[in-house]
Amino acid sequence: MKILTGNDLRTGAVIWWDGLNWSPHIANAVDAGEEAEAILAREEAARRVNAPYAIAAEATGDGPRPAHIKDRVRALGPTVRPDLGYKAARENGWDWVI
Amino acid sequence: MYQYDQYDQAMVDARVEEFRDQARRRLEGKLTEDQFKPLRLMNGLYLQLHAYMLRVAIPYGTLNSRQMHALADIADTYDKGYGHFTTRQNIQYNWIKLEEAADLLADLAKVEMHAIQTSGNCIRNISSDHFAGAAADERVDPRPYAELLRQWSSFHPEFSYLPRKFKIAVIASDSDRAAMRLHDIGIKIVERDGALGAAFYVGGGMGRTPMIAPLIRDFVPLDQLVTYSEACLRVYNRHGRRDNKYKARIKILVHEMGAEEYARQVEEEFAHLLEQGVEPPLAELERIKGYFKPPRFRHPSESWDLSRLEREASAEPSSRWDDGFGKWVRRNTNPHKAPGYVSAVISLKPVGGIPGDATAAQMHLMADIARDYSFDECRVMHTQNIVLPHVEIGRLHALWQKLEAAGLGTPNLDQIDDIIACPGLDYCSLANARSIPIAQQISERFAASGKGEMLGELKLKISGCINACGHHHAGHIGILGVDRKGVENYQLLLGGSEAEDVALAKITGRGFDEAGIVQAVETVADVYLDQRQDGERFLDTYRRIGMDHFKEALYG
Repeated sequence: MKILTGNDLRTGAVIWWDGLNWSPHIANAVDAGEEAEAILAREEAARRVNAPYAIAAEATGDGPRPAHIKDRVRALGPTVRPDLGYKAARENGWDWVI
Repeated sequence: MYQYDQYDQAMVDARVEEFRDQARRRLEGKLTEDQFKPLRLMNGLYLQLHAYMLRVAIPYGTLNSRQMHALADIADTYDKGYGHFTTRQNIQYNWIKLEEAADLLADLAKVEMHAIQTSGNCIRNISSDHFAGAAADERVDPRPYAELLRQWSSFHPEFSYLPRKFKIAVIASDSDRAAMRLHDIGIKIVERDGALGAAFYVGGGMGRTPMIAPLIRDFVPLDQLVTYSEACLRVYNRHGRRDNKYKARIKILVHEMGAEEYARQVEEEFAHLLEQGVEPPLAELERIKGYFKPPRFRHPSESWDLSRLEREASAEPSSRWDDGFGKWVRRNTNPHKAPGYVSAVISLKPVGGIPGDATAAQMHLMADIARDYSFDECRVMHTQNIVLPHVEIGRLHALWQKLEAAGLGTPNLDQIDDIIACPGLDYCSLANARSIPIAQQISERFAASGKGEMLGELKLKISGCINACGHHHAGHIGILGVDRKGVENYQLLLGGSEAEDVALAKITGRGFDEAGIVQAVETVADVYLDQRQDGERFLDTYRRIGMDHFKEALYG
């Protein structure tokens, strides 16, 4: 699957395209398919996201898992600070880590 | 300490308001990211993996307690309660919001600090010996010269758009504690016939093409320091490769042009500039020197030396001389020029910790300790620790107790667990692999086995990508993280040094996975323990026996 990510313009936080809006939770990311480039252009122009891009991911029971380690780190927060980042805010962590 | 005059303060304040307007226009959509990016980078604001990151300039690593308190307050107010001290003697904050960045910069300006020229193709923060003004072996305090160059290079219109970034280090001892020859310009204050001058080494650096800077001129009179620096920059600005980012650093120019030809062109430009009279008046240097006068050392301290300290402390069991306080004194202090004093190092490398990270509470504590024990001054080391430059030997035990209680008393300066590590893939958008977890695992393994205690000086440096912010080329043991088909892989290097015996490390062979690299470091340490002769450091043994012994143990 192809999912979309970028950073929130105001806060810089990592965000994911959920089909209607941008979510801080990768679990909400949806497959943008062939619409990806059009969505990225439209959303960046509307200043709803900063520096967005599309990535490859696989669907898992815990939601999309980015194919590249860099985006997995972006999704979960620094691996050396499990007390910070998105994973810390979720009661049940993912099976997939780095 | 440097001090802002009215012009400095006015310039920095104006820059804050300029940035506030730029950020507002970006948030309102009047600037695109492409338009805004160079503007935010000029103010040290990067976009990293998780958020905006702000890099704050700390001139030659020097801070007073007020400034350190302010850095702690910024960590609490604008970040997640911590900061990361870097290999450029700066500090970075990892979780900055664009909408708050101008307020942060305004808070910095209140304590005579900024983030200007911590990014972009300009002259970056000038670095220096972290023991400057204190070290027993220095010819003169190098900081006034570093400050002169800082003032010259700040907002310098001719050098704001160089072919690539530019880093300068200034030292004044034969011992090199600033990786001087691994800078674009390394300046060493030397003495000839009773006069002080500057030896210029130009074209060093790490990154994807590591080079040791060759000597370009062995003696520049100190009243021509700025003029000669300007000549070096002008030749680079004229001929540097703007067509290829990877060949744009001055080290490539000097290498391709040849050091002799580069030096010839610099001499030509230097002669021209001398006629122009660009050198600041000597009165300006004297004014700057006035900011760096030695503190008023206490004479009673002269009755203290390290022998007396050992005699008295070792007779008192509660001082834990052998395994606690004494070990810290032996490893974490440096000889001072004033009788009865030493420089003391606060380690930011606890076993299993994140190298260079400090919480706001720790920063507040270090600020108070600097005020109470070191004439209100501390320094950031490029090895990501903090120096208290002027500590009375008679007060070391009380100081150590405070540090111990706060988890800041680790006695490991230049030991295998005093690891330099860049933020790596845990934070940095350029990184290919994580650095910090490798540092943590190595430090934990050597602490658990007790082997770290047997090794002596062994400098280990880890970078998460080829840009080499973790100085892996200069490690006695270096580790470079790479991306191998989407999986972290680690190359092992041996034999580097950034000190006066400068050398570039060599790769051992094929890389290792995360578990494998930790084991490989232990294997290398075992070879050293097996092969070392009396008094040899790891680096000495490596240089004597060569790479093959280590390769044999690693790869069979």
